[in-house]
Amino acid sequence: MSREKILAAVKKNQFTHAPLPDLEILSTLTATGDNLVHQYTSVASAGGSFVYEVKDLEAIKTILHKEFKPGVKIISGIQELDAYTYAGNVLQESSHSFADAELTILQSNLGVAENGALWLTESQMNIRVLPFISQHLAVVISQEALVPTMAQAYAQIGNADYGYGAFISGPSKTADIEQSLVIGAHGPRSLSVFILT
Amino acid sequence: MKVALFVPCYVDQFYPKAAIATLELLEKLGVDVHYPKNQTCCGQPMANSGYEHLTTGCNNLFIDNFSGYDYIVCPSGSCTLHIKEHLHSPEKEDQAVDIRKRVYELTEFLVDVLNVKELKASFPYKVGLHQSCHGLRGLRISQMSELVAPAFSKPAQLLDMVQGLELVPLTRQDDCCGFGGTFCVAEEAVSSKMGKDRVDDHIEHGAQYITSADLSCLMHMEGILRRQKSDVKVIHMAEILNHYSHE
Amino acid sequence: MSNVSGKSHSKLAGIFNQDEPRVDWHDETLWWVRQKRDIQAHKLPEWELLRETASQIKNNVLSNLSAYLEQFEANAINNGIIVHWAADAAEHNQIVHRLLQERGINRMVKSKSMLTEECHLNEYLKEQGIDVIDSDLGERIVQLAGEPPSHIVLPCIHKKKEEIGDIFHEHLGSAKGESDPKILTETARQHLREVFLTRRAALTGVNFAIAETGEFVICTNEGNADMGAHLAEIHIASMGIEKIIPERKHLGVFLRLLTRSATGQPITTYSSHFKRPQSGTEIHIVIVDNGRSIQLDREDFRNSLKCIRCGACMNTCPVYRKSGGHSYHTAVAGPIGSILAPNLDMKKYADLPFASTLCGSCSNVCPVKIDIHDQLYKWRQVIVKEGYSPKAKTMAMKAMAFTLSSPTLYRSGGKVGRLVFKYAPFAVNNGLNPWYKHREMPKAPKESFGEWYSKRKEGKQ
Repeated sequence: MSREKILAAVKKNQFTHAPLPDLEILSTLTATGDNLVHQYTSVASAGGSFVYEVKDLEAIKTILHKEFKPGVKIISGIQELDAYTYAGNVLQESSHSFADAELTILQSNLGVAENGALWLTESQMNIRVLPFISQHLAVVISQEALVPTMAQAYAQIGNADYGYGAFISGPSKTADIEQSLVIGAHGPRSLSVFILT
Repeated sequence: MKVALFVPCYVDQFYPKAAIATLELLEKLGVDVHYPKNQTCCGQPMANSGYEHLTTGCNNLFIDNFSGYDYIVCPSGSCTLHIKEHLHSPEKEDQAVDIRKRVYELTEFLVDVLNVKELKASFPYKVGLHQSCHGLRGLRISQMSELVAPAFSKPAQLLDMVQGLELVPLTRQDDCCGFGGTFCVAEEAVSSKMGKDRVDDHIEHGAQYITSADLSCLMHMEGILRRQKSDVKVIHMAEILNHYSHE
Repeated sequence: MSNVSGKSHSKLAGIFNQDEPRVDWHDETLWWVRQKRDIQAHKLPEWELLRETASQIKNNVLSNLSAYLEQFEANAINNGIIVHWAADAAEHNQIVHRLLQERGINRMVKSKSMLTEECHLNEYLKEQGIDVIDSDLGERIVQLAGEPPSHIVLPCIHKKKEEIGDIFHEHLGSAKGESDPKILTETARQHLREVFLTRRAALTGVNFAIAETGEFVICTNEGNADMGAHLAEIHIASMGIEKIIPERKHLGVFLRLLTRSATGQPITTYSSHFKRPQSGTEIHIVIVDNGRSIQLDREDFRNSLKCIRCGACMNTCPVYRKSGGHSYHTAVAGPIGSILAPNLDMKKYADLPFASTLCGSCSNVCPVKIDIHDQLYKWRQVIVKEGYSPKAKTMAMKAMAFTLSSPTLYRSGGKVGRLVFKYAPFAVNNGLNPWYKHREMPKAPKESFGEWYSKRKEGKQ
């Protein structure tokens, strides 16, 4: 059996134990971040995201109402944003049925200032394909949920259980054609981030 | 301090002026310099081509010539690096290990051992500094652009002591010139293109001379410059540091 | 240095260099990516410590790989993932084919996997009647062009937008002469969206496989891995045995290094962590050896298995920039490819370790500190020892070694050489001398340093 053959070959050929390094020193050197909102906004915007600082969900509704035509399919993972289809109510629909979603709004509880990334697990996405298949994506995050770097992010995630999770740091993009950056490859054409301050 | 001068084979045969300048410069700085006359080559051309196993004769000859000195100084980064990393001898390994600790490229010897702070030299020209890869990334005589680390440059530090010399900026400060030993003929197309691009960078920035701690790079760039019938000349660092305006 | 198939880096590089403006364009483009990497790296004062930490983590992985592989497998199975093992490329391809056949699937969407390039999966499946569509834009472009990718991260970096426009016009119906990247990307988006929505099977690569949790991570900017995987009934993930990292928290090191090194972005748009299949679907992982356990046994070369496939070495390598990925005639090109490929087929890839000046730039941009340029030097010794060096070269080297170990032979040889240069320059200044193609030969001085020194010494006495 290949499994046994491979494992035996690896076991025979591996060499003297090299210990794991200490990550603590590294953590102390990473930015502690004064003004994470400012850093997050600057990096995320440079990556093509639209970043808004808002007081409450009403402010978000106002902005979305301006940016998106009435009548388009908008799915929200945030129950309080009740002007839209609540994702929790359509869990039984097939992934394919969301192909005509114009906008998806989700909540994140962890954002990373050094790279503009937002952590979303399956429970926040509700349906895995939703933040990818939708033409546009919006994410709401509270300013307290921002951390300086990925080191702190994984410390916060810890050994949490999820079936699927993703760091999303901007709209889908590619520079495959002559290194010319194009926003909107196969995923959403835009990412709007609403930071609740 | 007893210092032996190690002159790379191609410098000995084709660019003796650089070796002469090295010798004169060291003597001016009060160093007792010996030239072991039976030296030949460090063995790098064979070793880099995959024939390290043929270099025992060269290695033993090197050890015989260069044992018993406090320092061995060489006007070539690549030869110095090769000795430092690859000098071995089945019969004389202790001596090899000792020599590897004592071998220095010229600019690092001047800065780190002799602590040279001023030079009576003048070279009133625009000069482009080519950072040879082995000296740069192997011997660390300057900081390489790849690393996130404080900048420094021993060659630039020395050139700064030369009156009238203007160091020109370059677009790419440490791109390889493309000589690479037998690479220069085995991969002729890429080698020439790499050399041509380096030379163009210096010319674009107005260099009248291109200098380096390594004549192998300069030999390659000179070949291209002369083919282009350019007025730009190459000159080894030692010749600049040893240069007076009345000469 | 050439081989059985007649392909050699120097020959292919020579052809590439016939179009100098194109070489300049290719070189400038990749240098720009290297510069973007520098900008990002300099934003992190702890960058060098990050590299050292990542290097040590990977050293630990390689020293303990069998245990980590078993731990990963056990945890993945516990998560509901089905794990397969493939000793070589052929077995990997057969496993993938079987999984599709069993489910009556004959069309598949793929996101980027250099491992599957190494295994020539697409060709194999095509022969079995399976249609595979690459969904990464760069990969789709080279697929339509009938070429392999030239760079592991930027697959069609060798193609100009006009050429891509022509390919899309021919295959995807875009307007003739259209070369605007925005419009071409939109064309690909529409075309591939239809593919995602209709494929029951999706195959992806794996960037990192976490032993501690049995999950794996895929990094993309386009979102194509996720679009494919989440809409498919079966998600197959192909990984090399060396893709393991011990713990989830180690991602906090690797995800900070990977994309900064690769493209000069702080992170890819998507870093997707797959732990359990969606209900009603399957996830299969194929763990592949294909020569990696042999490389692990080579003390001088095992460090090459630390590679996280960022491509930084290619972007910085002056030889890669000025010869193009296809000159390496192997799936993974450039400096890292040149130390991996000889392990797979020493005869076929004997030329690659010599396609380098040993400048060392690669080793110093490598996020996991692989000593690439030292390994290139060491591979040269192995290749010569194994007999893959041309006889003429061996003869010349033996002659050189003989001459250089004798002071008298060296001195007389040098004198003769200089005389030839002086009195019979046509002997060396001709078309048979490769140096002479683009360079003048050095001028011969009247005496060597050794001769000058002797005279000076005599003068003193």
